[in-house]
Amino acid sequence: MSQPVRVVVVDDHAMFRAGVRAELAAAGEGRVEVLAEAADVDEAVAAIAAHRPEVVLLDVHLPGGGGAEVMRRRPHPDTRYLALSVSDAAEDVIGTIRGGARGYVTKTITGPELVAAIGRVADGDAVFSPRLAGFVLDAFAGSIEVAAVDEDLDRLTEREREVMRLIARGYAYKEVAKELFISIKTVETHMSSVLRKLQLSSRHELTRWASDRRLL
Amino acid sequence: MTSTHVPPADRAPRKAFRDTRDPVLGGVCAGLARHLAVPVLWVRVAMLLAAVLGGMGIAMYAGLWLVLPADSRFEEEPPGLASATRGGRRPGRSRRLQDVGPAVALAALALGAVLLLEATLGRGAVFWPIAIGLTGVALLWRQADEAQRERWLDTTGRVDPVRVVLGSGGWASYARIAAGGLLLVAAVFIVGFDNGGQAQGVLVAALLGVAALAVVVGPWVYRLASDLSAEREERVRSQERADVAAHLHDSVLQTLALIQKSAHDGPTVARLARAQERDLRAWLFAGDTTDAATVSGALRAVTAELEDAHGISVDVVVVGECPMTEGLRPLVAATREAVTNAAKHAGTGRVDVYAEVGPSLVEVFVRDRGAGFDLDAVPEDRQGVRGSIVDRMTRHGGRAEVRTAPGEGTEVRLAMPRQSRESEPGEPQEESP
Repeated sequence: MSQPVRVVVVDDHAMFRAGVRAELAAAGEGRVEVLAEAADVDEAVAAIAAHRPEVVLLDVHLPGGGGAEVMRRRPHPDTRYLALSVSDAAEDVIGTIRGGARGYVTKTITGPELVAAIGRVADGDAVFSPRLAGFVLDAFAGSIEVAAVDEDLDRLTEREREVMRLIARGYAYKEVAKELFISIKTVETHMSSVLRKLQLSSRHELTRWASDRRLL
Repeated sequence: MTSTHVPPADRAPRKAFRDTRDPVLGGVCAGLARHLAVPVLWVRVAMLLAAVLGGMGIAMYAGLWLVLPADSRFEEEPPGLASATRGGRRPGRSRRLQDVGPAVALAALALGAVLLLEATLGRGAVFWPIAIGLTGVALLWRQADEAQRERWLDTTGRVDPVRVVLGSGGWASYARIAAGGLLLVAAVFIVGFDNGGQAQGVLVAALLGVAALAVVVGPWVYRLASDLSAEREERVRSQERADVAAHLHDSVLQTLALIQKSAHDGPTVARLARAQERDLRAWLFAGDTTDAATVSGALRAVTAELEDAHGISVDVVVVGECPMTEGLRPLVAATREAVTNAAKHAGTGRVDVYAEVGPSLVEVFVRDRGAGFDLDAVPEDRQGVRGSIVDRMTRHGGRAEVRTAPGEGTEVRLAMPRQSRESEPGEPQEESP
């Protein structure tokens, strides 16, 4: 934990990149090191290939095909991605997670929280903001019959649902663990498993749930 | 400052359309499945069965493909997302290998059925030209779809005859057109020259050729025409949008002026910025409607008001949705009270509100990480918690619970049963497409 986490910031707004850099410098002194910035998909791919960062802060909306495109090109296999966005469109957020991001936070996140989230992603854990937890609960909501689902990937376990609900209610990981009488490690395991389901489930609703909801 | 975005009416008739974002062939089955709210696999299998048993499915599929509009037309994206799509800042459709699975399985199934049929009935001579011809038509129509798609995404707005056919080109379009054309010609020739004598064969081939041409060019012409009328509607809509944008920019300018004026006053600046952010976000991404007709809208409206009044930031997450009914009003009022308490006493300036709309119950959790308090030490006559929250909820058949301790923040849990369907217009019902 002594080495600072190496980070590349990808966002098409220069002002925002500068803001994040300043915030990380202030709040993440010695824990996070910003190696480079990029403003579009091509730049991002080049910067990630050149600097081999551990974590990439990735905007969901990005010129050249969006953040998902960066992950699709896999410039460096060991890099992990944390999605950062102002767009609250559920389809885009879920799409980015399905593209391979390990978490999603909104741009209004505070400096210390962002540093903590980066550390968590660097350790291979998932990061769920309350909003993402809400999207997940909605996407996996009981619109399909439990009996009709034969694949485990298509639904959350009761425990995972509880964890997601607490996260959506604004609980920190530590508080979730305390509330459910489980260890933080177990909470992290549940979160990773939710992330995996989110990425691998073939439920049609997952990519289209927003419009489906309008329909049904 | 109020949000000017008008959410689409709930009661708008459901239109059927083709689902061009996730098509196996033309997206007809996927669109139909969404319209009928049944799993897409059922529709595909049914269509396949109908196709194998007498070819009815093929005619149905072709007819629907021709007539049903593609879905993108009905997608009214909020302007922020629409602009991101046009600018290529959102991911396009990306196909995963596993998504192709059903298509392969269905194709294999179809081939098996065909072979079985042929083995029992032995009508290979008629069947193969038809199959080849249909594949050709399908390929060409698919290309017409792609070209139309790209026309919609095109920003220049001019109709270029080459692009009408090819879209933006690429080997896929050329391949589709070439293969489609070739297959059609092959089908025509097989039929033409198989049937008896020379002269008759040529005549049949020529007639078939003309028919094929009509079938192939039809979709392009038809879509171009329908695109033009859609274009006109779109222009009207974008003018409306321009008005709204002007209004919003105006309000942003006002806010910026106010911020400059009160630059020394931190809380005021933060409050102004937050209010403006909320306003813009609601308009650009439309995820957060503050329309009081739904539970989430009502909750957001209440919290937005409190954000402004107390200078705090409230994060609202709503899972599920239902129309706002009279019976849920106490729940919203109690939420309002709980957030107000948090704003006044917690001292953190940040409150999380989480609402979950279940089939029979609506739950709201209001949480802060502030000072907390000793619940037993609150005097009986204090109106806040007991009167406005707990009593009000129990009086209306709900339940409220306050969990708090000094230094550990406060969480208020509210639950209210949903009434038995008396005013629930959300029943899905079939309407003519």
